[in-house]
Amino acid sequence: MKNLTYSKEHARFLQKRRKHLALVWILRLSLLALLLGLWELVTACGWVDPFIMSSPSRIARTIASLYADGSLFYHIGVTLWETLAGFAIAVVLGFAVALLLWWSETLCKVLEPYIVVLNALPKIALGPLIIIWFGTGSEAIVFMTVLVGIIIAILHMLSAFIATDPNKILLMKSMGANKIQILLKLVLPSSYPSLISMLKVSVGMAWIGSIMGEYIVSRAGLGYLIVYGGQVFKLDLVMSATFLLCLLAAGMYALVVLLEKILVKNAEH
Amino acid sequence: MKNILQFQDVTYIYHTAHGELLAAQNLTFRVDEGEFVAIIGPSGCGKTTLLSLAAGLLKPSEGSVESRGSFGYMLQKDELFPWRTIEKNIFLPLEVKRRHSPAQKERALALARKYGLGDFLKSYPAQLSGGMRQRAALIRTLATDPDILLLDEPFSALDYQTRLNVCEDVAAIIRSEKKTALLITHDISEAISLADRVLVLSARPARVAHAHALDFGDIPPLKRREHPAFSGWFETLWRELNP
Repeated sequence: MKNLTYSKEHARFLQKRRKHLALVWILRLSLLALLLGLWELVTACGWVDPFIMSSPSRIARTIASLYADGSLFYHIGVTLWETLAGFAIAVVLGFAVALLLWWSETLCKVLEPYIVVLNALPKIALGPLIIIWFGTGSEAIVFMTVLVGIIIAILHMLSAFIATDPNKILLMKSMGANKIQILLKLVLPSSYPSLISMLKVSVGMAWIGSIMGEYIVSRAGLGYLIVYGGQVFKLDLVMSATFLLCLLAAGMYALVVLLEKILVKNAEH
Repeated sequence: MKNILQFQDVTYIYHTAHGELLAAQNLTFRVDEGEFVAIIGPSGCGKTTLLSLAAGLLKPSEGSVESRGSFGYMLQKDELFPWRTIEKNIFLPLEVKRRHSPAQKERALALARKYGLGDFLKSYPAQLSGGMRQRAALIRTLATDPDILLLDEPFSALDYQTRLNVCEDVAAIIRSEKKTALLITHDISEAISLADRVLVLSARPARVAHAHALDFGDIPPLKRREHPAFSGWFETLWRELNP
């Protein structure tokens, strides 16, 4: 229902709002330009050693040379694949396990201490085991990514399932509903907002997992470039890979927000 | 008149890790077909337990609950599912009972239209007023054509104005559909304005302390509140609730 004839006051209100938004964007971009400019300036004038600090122009040159020798998209692809695969497995498995735990209270009670310990354990401590079990390929990194993400996914969904309104469950039971009906018609639909927030959290966890995995063991990927660059003191490479990582993470976050908008729109009226 | 629900010497004990709680003891009463029975009691006396026992969701520790026919349960809040349209909400009990033939759906829809929900069938609960939502909840309860309605303080979540109107509505709908109803409430005037018979429960453990047959006949709730006999009943019940 769009009302196209606004009052003058509303038109002024909208204009003011647009101006404010434009201002915010202009300031955001200026801040970025200012920071990059300062960085370039202090390194170009030699106030800070560009060997240690790198600089925007050196980062641009490094990325260009990575692109020229064809390894840019190779490294990005490797990291992206590991992250996405780990994310997908963690989300699907986490959801399934949460369902099982909701279904059987006994199972939930039995597994509770294990989950708590796994949640508290710094996953990086399992690094050596993962290398020995999975070798030094992408599988090890995907496994690490799953490990980092799955517990949070389980706990997030389980708490959503358990939080289902007991009065609505009572209502379903009074209609004679069995557990599967309660699950399909009540628990899953009412957990939908939590599913979306779980996806958002899991994207962040997947990046942590994949880069951590690449730090421990890898032969390719952005995490590998950062570690390698650090070891041989190529700070340009470290900064470039970090910059690319920022871009990728921001892009993936934007995608999730977009997905959220589509999903919520579908769920609403 | 045949009885449709019979509590015979019902005792119910709640068990928790910290101990046990005697919620009801030697509770005996019956509800006849076509009757509107209201149960009032001091707060915390186990009213909701009683409805769960009636609906068969709980089994009595001792004694028996016998019922002939099917139940419709209506709760304090409308408990409409926000992700379903009003129409889909009304179909919910039909889906659960796997009785969603076109004829049964049509019957439920006819009921919704008859009681003023026709324009809201494709709306979502959030778009309706509290009174309309509770009306939708009643139609959902009636969708499966239950023999007895169990009403658990169904108006207590509404503001006073809406409450009187919805009470009037619900009474009219239940009378015109010739349903048997068992209402649990802590509101004395609500009990008097709706019921044919009022049972007063004792404090925990709940048993029937007093029973009264009201002689209002088919007078609707708001008219009953103006009736000369109303305040007399109110006083009697008030005193029995606060001995």
